Amino acid sequence: MEKEIVIRMEGLTKRYGTQTAVDRLSLDVAEGEIFGFLGPNGAGKTTTMLMLLGLTEPTAGTVRVCGFDPARDPLKVKEIIGYLPENVGFYEDMDARQNLRYIARLNRVPDRVSAVRIDRLLDEVDLAKEADKPVGSYSKGMKQRLGIAEVLVKEPRVVFLDEPTIGLDPDGTNRMLDLISALSRERQMTIFFSSHLLDQVQRISDRIGIMIKGKLVAAGPLAELAHRGLGLEEGEAYTIEEIYMKYFKEG
Amino acid sequence: MHGIFTIYRKEMEDHFSSIRFLLIAALIVMVGVIIASMVGMSMQDELKGVAKPNFVFLLLFTSTGKLFSFTQFIGFLGPLIGIILGFDAVNRERTGRTLSKLVSQPIYRDAIINAKFLAGVTMISIVMASLVLIISGLGIRLVGVVPGADEVWRLLIYFVLSVLYISFWLGAAILFSVVFRSTATSALASLAAWIFLSFFVGLGGSFLADAVAPMNQTADVAQATEAFISNDRVQRIVSFLAPATLYGDATSTILDPLRKTPRSFILMGPLERLSLSRFQNPLPLGQSVVIVAPFLISLIAITFVCFGICYMVFMRQEIRST
Repeated sequence: MEKEIVIRMEGLTKRYGTQTAVDRLSLDVAEGEIFGFLGPNGAGKTTTMLMLLGLTEPTAGTVRVCGFDPARDPLKVKEIIGYLPENVGFYEDMDARQNLRYIARLNRVPDRVSAVRIDRLLDEVDLAKEADKPVGSYSKGMKQRLGIAEVLVKEPRVVFLDEPTIGLDPDGTNRMLDLISALSRERQMTIFFSSHLLDQVQRISDRIGIMIKGKLVAAGPLAELAHRGLGLEEGEAYTIEEIYMKYFKEG
Repeated sequence: MHGIFTIYRKEMEDHFSSIRFLLIAALIVMVGVIIASMVGMSMQDELKGVAKPNFVFLLLFTSTGKLFSFTQFIGFLGPLIGIILGFDAVNRERTGRTLSKLVSQPIYRDAIINAKFLAGVTMISIVMASLVLIISGLGIRLVGVVPGADEVWRLLIYFVLSVLYISFWLGAAILFSVVFRSTATSALASLAAWIFLSFFVGLGGSFLADAVAPMNQTADVAQATEAFISNDRVQRIVSFLAPATLYGDATSTILDPLRKTPRSFILMGPLERLSLSRFQNPLPLGQSVVIVAPFLISLIAITFVCFGICYMVFMRQEIRST
């Protein structure tokens, strides 16, 4: 059965003055997929996400998230998506539970439903023991995991993660990546995440897109990119660095 | 509406649990007690020799006692309450990196700023109500006067005026918190605006008045009066730029029924002088309200304009996480 397309971008362009942040981006992401959005800093990954969320209006082109136009129907889109911004912040004087409950309330989740959900989520992201401490005392890795719990508290269909592993130590990075792939496996959520770190994208993504200077230079499953980009035959060894550098030079 | 209510609730929780609330509460108690006792003690002297004192209860708020009256105090330091409540409303979320998260929830973006403003106005109302009640209560105990219905109405109007006046400053502070990314900058900008509008506008007004309509030394009385009047007119027009002037004029007329005009002097012909000397009675409430109405409306207008600008700037801003 053909999977439903949940994110569709066509000719998406964003200009700031004379500078083009995103240049004619066309991309589809199917339901249940983990899409890794790869690119150096300043390639336009965050801007693309903001347009997908309806937080900034595209200069040209169309976006559809689950059939809704984020620029026209921002609330509809925001109801079904979860967004973890880069370096997410929390209300530091509140504890984890209070932070999550606030977000749940903003999503019209009644307190008695959210109480159960929050306990389960805190367990899942391994923060149950620290749940009553103020978030100000959390480490970076804990905050990032709390961020995942916060995204999930509204039970979204699509999850946008902006550099979810940035600034984490290897252990924190591993836990984060395991968490993300578990989301897709166990809940069939569509995950769209950005990163500039190759090996992470390689590890968990079903498909990857490489964005350089606002242009999407390649998109597809890793093996296919290797095949196309490096001209390799099937079964030949390759590393993602090779593919990336190849496209990077072209871009 | 749902979003507004949730954020409002959270903002109120924040206000009540923050240190600045302790600060404000301490200020309320201090000011209330000091003013009530100061006025209570000096009230006796003031009323000496007055055959039939009227509106003694309102004197609690307008009598200057040894230092300053309550209305003067609010006119002067009320803005600070608004600034304290609002100067970091939006940029606190920005520096805490919670704003981008907040705007990606299914709420209208204006819910954020509306809820913050409403929570601030609620806090201001609480502060003003408790101040007025503390002074009333202590006044009743110390002086033994009981307010009449007329006085209660006047106090109520005064309360509304004060909340509006402080809300203007709340709006200004929130505006600065939207425009400036750093909380320190917005605090300083709010204070600078406060100092400018409270102290320098009056000064600038008299400079401008002397430049535009100079008062020359002439022997001709009619000409001198004419010059004096136009000089004063220019000063008044300039002083209306300052919300404190609007507030001062409005409150002095509503709380002192014996004052029949907010102006400091009026040009009177012989007939007006006669009528004034004949009718020394206080103005009825309705007439005081008529005098105050334009000030009330102007205060509402500037508060809304200030909040409107703030709203517009916030809605147009792009919110990024970095």
